[in-house]
Amino acid sequence: MISDFQPVIGLEVHAQLLTTSKLFSTAGTTFGAEPNTHTTPVCLGFPGALPVLNARVVELAIRTGLALECRVNEKSEWSRKHYFYPDSPKGYQITQYEFPICEWGGVTLELAGKRVRIRRIHIEEDAGKSVHDAADGLTLVDLNRVGTPLLEIVSEPDLRSADEAVEYLKILRDVLVSIGVNDGNLEEGSFRCDANVSVMRKGSEVYGTRCELKNLNSFRNIKLAIDTEIARHVDVLEGGGTIAQETRLFDVNRGETRSMRSKEDAQDYRYFPEPDLPLLLVTPEEIARAKATLPELPQAKRRRYVERLKLTEYDAGVLTAERGFSELFERCQAAAGVEPKKVANWFIGEVSRLLNESGVKPGEVKFSPAQFAALLMAIDAGTISQNAGKEVFGEMFHSGAEPAEVIARKGLAQVSDTGALEKVIDELIAANPPNVAAYRAGKVQVLGFFVGQVMKALKGKGNPKVINELLEQKLKG
Amino acid sequence: MLDLPLWALASKLAGKELTSVEVTQACLSRIAATDPKVGAFLRVDPEGALSAARAADASASRGPLHGVPVALKDNLLTAGVETTAGSQILAGFVPPTDATVTARLKAAGAVIVGKTNLDEFAMGSSTESSAFQKTKNPYALERTPGGSSGGSAAAVAARQVFGALGSDTGGSIRQPAALCNVVGLKPTWGRVSRSGVVAYASSLDQVGPLARSVRDAALLLQVIAGRDAHDATSADVAVPDFAATLEDGVKGLRIGLPREYFVEGMDPEVAAAIRDAAKTLEAAGATVREVSLPHTKHALAAYYVIAPAEASSNLARYDGVRFGHRAKDVKQLKDLYERSRAEGFGPEVKRRIMLGTFALSAGYHDAYYVKAQQVRTLIRRDFDQAFADVDVVLSAASPTCAWLLGEKLDDPLAMYLMDVLTLPTNLAGLPGLSVPTAKSSGGLPIGAQLIGKPFDEATLLRAARALERERTLDAWSPAL
Repeated sequence: MISDFQPVIGLEVHAQLLTTSKLFSTAGTTFGAEPNTHTTPVCLGFPGALPVLNARVVELAIRTGLALECRVNEKSEWSRKHYFYPDSPKGYQITQYEFPICEWGGVTLELAGKRVRIRRIHIEEDAGKSVHDAADGLTLVDLNRVGTPLLEIVSEPDLRSADEAVEYLKILRDVLVSIGVNDGNLEEGSFRCDANVSVMRKGSEVYGTRCELKNLNSFRNIKLAIDTEIARHVDVLEGGGTIAQETRLFDVNRGETRSMRSKEDAQDYRYFPEPDLPLLLVTPEEIARAKATLPELPQAKRRRYVERLKLTEYDAGVLTAERGFSELFERCQAAAGVEPKKVANWFIGEVSRLLNESGVKPGEVKFSPAQFAALLMAIDAGTISQNAGKEVFGEMFHSGAEPAEVIARKGLAQVSDTGALEKVIDELIAANPPNVAAYRAGKVQVLGFFVGQVMKALKGKGNPKVINELLEQKLKG
Repeated sequence: MLDLPLWALASKLAGKELTSVEVTQACLSRIAATDPKVGAFLRVDPEGALSAARAADASASRGPLHGVPVALKDNLLTAGVETTAGSQILAGFVPPTDATVTARLKAAGAVIVGKTNLDEFAMGSSTESSAFQKTKNPYALERTPGGSSGGSAAAVAARQVFGALGSDTGGSIRQPAALCNVVGLKPTWGRVSRSGVVAYASSLDQVGPLARSVRDAALLLQVIAGRDAHDATSADVAVPDFAATLEDGVKGLRIGLPREYFVEGMDPEVAAAIRDAAKTLEAAGATVREVSLPHTKHALAAYYVIAPAEASSNLARYDGVRFGHRAKDVKQLKDLYERSRAEGFGPEVKRRIMLGTFALSAGYHDAYYVKAQQVRTLIRRDFDQAFADVDVVLSAASPTCAWLLGEKLDDPLAMYLMDVLTLPTNLAGLPGLSVPTAKSSGGLPIGAQLIGKPFDEATLLRAARALERERTLDAWSPAL
C-alpha cells in the first residue's frame, strides 16, 4: 500500500542568471543565436585563456541568497569539477564545491505552512549543448551556452509529496523572477530541476535509498515524474526488492522513469580549488547594498494584499503573479483612493484583458495612474455608468486620452441633476395613474417600469441610483 | 654587436647608432649559423621579425625595448604564429591572441624573432621531453641546457637573441639559467600575468626573463610585470623601478644560507661555489648567516602531487574536439579522446597526467592532494620565519652542473631531483633568481639562486647585480 510509505524529496534547481555576459567571459548570453557565435577563447577552453569573474553574477547570487533567507558567506571558493564530454570544452566545469556563496535559508509552503530548508546556493558555469542529428548520425556541439552563469539551489529533503515539491518550485520561481535574477522559463531550460526521491515506511526515521530524476521540464512533468517514481519505489519495496541508488531519466511520452546510470558508474569529479581564480570575497557593504535594493517578495506582497488591502487570496494571487502588473496596480490604487477591491476588480478584469490582447507590458501602458483615478472617480460619482467606464478605459488604454475628454466627446455623462430628473419623473407619474396606484397598493415591482421609462426618456444616460431614489420618494407620495 | 647586453643594445638603438633591421638581421644570421648545433628554436619567424624591425626603425614612439630582438618560450601565445608548448597535441595550433606578456613586449617595441624549445608542456628539467627536438647546452653541446626553458636559456647564451622569456613552475627558468651561464628570474606568483601562457600547473606557473645580465633581466621584468585584467590572479601590487636600485649594493643586506639546501648528492664544486658567493657578498657589505627551512625535504614530494594534479586538470582540454591533434578514423567519442590524447601526448606528460589524476581521485584525494597542500603551507611558513631574520636566501639553483644529454632520461626520479632546490620557491609563491657565479673545473657554468620576500624582486636584482659585478661572467661567451 502506497499509504504505508512516506515519500522524501529533495530538489536541486539550476537557474540561469539574467546577465548580458557570461560567468567568466565577455561573450553574450542571448538564447537562440547562431550556433557557436557567443564564444570567446575562454568559452572554447583555448590554451592560456583564463576565467575572469563577472561581478554582476555575484550581485545576483547575493540577492538570491537574501531573498531565500540564506546566510551569505563573505568568503567562498571556486572549484573545478572534471568530466570529459564535448559540451565541456575545458574538461572541467568551474563551480563552487566546499565553500558555496550562500547557505542555510529556506522557503515556507503556504498550504501546509511548512518550512523547506535550503542547504546551499552556489554559482557555476552552464555546459554547452550536444545536438544529436538523427538524419546523418552526427552529434554536433553548440557552445553558445557554455559558461552561462547558473545558480544551483539545493534543498534539504524536507518535501513529502509531489505537490509540495511543485509548490516549493513555484515559490522559488516566483521569488527568482520577482527579484530579477531569472526568467523562470522551464521550457527553454533557464529554470531546471532535478529531484531526489526516496520512500520510507511511515513512522521510520531512516530515509530510504534515493534516486535522482532528471529531464523534468515543466511543473506537470515534475509532479508526474515524482509520483511515478514514488509508486515505483513502493512497488519494488512491497515486492521485497531493494532500490538501487541511481540517476533516472523521466520519459514524458511513456510516463515512466528509467535508469540512466548507477551509483557505481557515477563519475569521480576530482574536485579541487580553482587555481585560476582568487577566493570569492563579499563585503558586508555589498550584502547591505543588495538587501537595500531587494524588492518585496511575492509571498510577502500577497500577505499584505490580503491583510492590509482586504483582498481575497485569489485576487492577491492574480495581482502579484507578475511584478510589473502588481506595481501598476499599486500605483493606480494609490492614486485612486477608492477601496482596493474596486481597483482590483478593474485590474483582474479590464486591465488584464487589454494587456493580454495588446501584448503591452504593464510598465509601458499609455494611461497614467492619475487618469485611471479620474476614471474611477467619475464612475464612483455617478458621472458615468460602469459600462460607459469600460468604453472610456478602452480609449485611455489605447491612446492615453484624458477620461473627461472621452466622456465629453462621446456624450457618456449620466444625468444626475435632480432638477432635470424630477421633471421627467413628475411627467411620468402624471401620465400613468394606474401604475402609481398599483405601486401604492404594494405592487413594488412596478418601480422597474418607471425606471425603464425614465431611462428611455433620458436615452439611457440617467443615473440609475439617483433615479431609483427619486422615484421611490415620489411614488410613496 | 651580438655580445652586447640587452640594455646597451637598447640604448644604441635609441641613439640610432644601430638600426633594428641590422640587429635583427644579425640575430637571424647567428641563428642560421648556430642553431643547427644548439637547437634552441622550434620556430624562427624571419618575415615577422624583420617587418617588426622595419616598423620599429620607422616609428617615432620609443618603448624601452624599441627594436630589440627577443625570443619567447613556445608555451607563450603569439597571435598568428604557431604555438605548440613542445607537444604534438598542439602541432599546427595558431592562437588567435597574444599572451599578455607577448603583447607587453610588443608594446615596448621588442622584435619577436621566434619561439624556443621546451620540455613538452614545460614538464621536465632538460628540454629533452620536447616532442620536436633536443636542445644542447651552448657551453657544452653534448650536455643539456637544463629545462624546461632550455630553448630560451640556450638562445640567450648562444647570443642568438638579447633576451628571452621562459616560464617557471618548479625551477624551469632558474635551473636552465644556471646551467647556461645566464640570469633567470622567476617573479612572485601573481607579479606577471599568466593570460596566454599554456598552463602546466596554474598555482605554480610564472613567466619571467632570461638574459645575459642582471640589468637586462630587470628591464624585461619591468616591461612584463603588473596587474592584468585578463588574469584574475595577477596581483594589484605596484611595480617599482627595478633599474633605479640595481647598483645600490648589498651593504647591510642580510643573507641566509639554508642548511637544508646543501643536499646529499650535490656536486661539491657547486656547494663550494655557493659558499664562495656568500663570501663575496659578505665582502661587499652583506651579512651572511645560516638559516633553516626544515620542511624542504618534503617539497619534492608535495610538488609532484600538486603540479601533476593541476596538470591533469589543465590538460583535460586537449581532447581533439576544437583544436590541436585529432585522431583519424574514430567512430566513438571515447576513441576520439583516448586516441587523440594517446597520440598527442608524450610519455612524461602522460606520466604526470596519470599521477595527478590518481592524486585527485576519490579515496586518495585527502592522502595526497590535501596532504601536499598542508606541506605547501609548512614550506611557506618556513620561508616566512626565515625572512624574519634575513632579506634574501642564497643557494644553488641546480645541485649539479649540466649533465650529459640522455643521462637521466630513463630515470624520472633522478630528473625530478634536479629541481629540488628551486621548486620550494614555487610552492611558496616567492620570487627566485639565478645568476652566474662560477665556472666549474670542467668548464661548466654554475648559478647562484637568490630567493626573496613576496614582490621583493628589486632586492634580488640588487643582490644579484652585486655578485655579477665581482664575477664578470657575463663576458664569458660560448665557443660555437
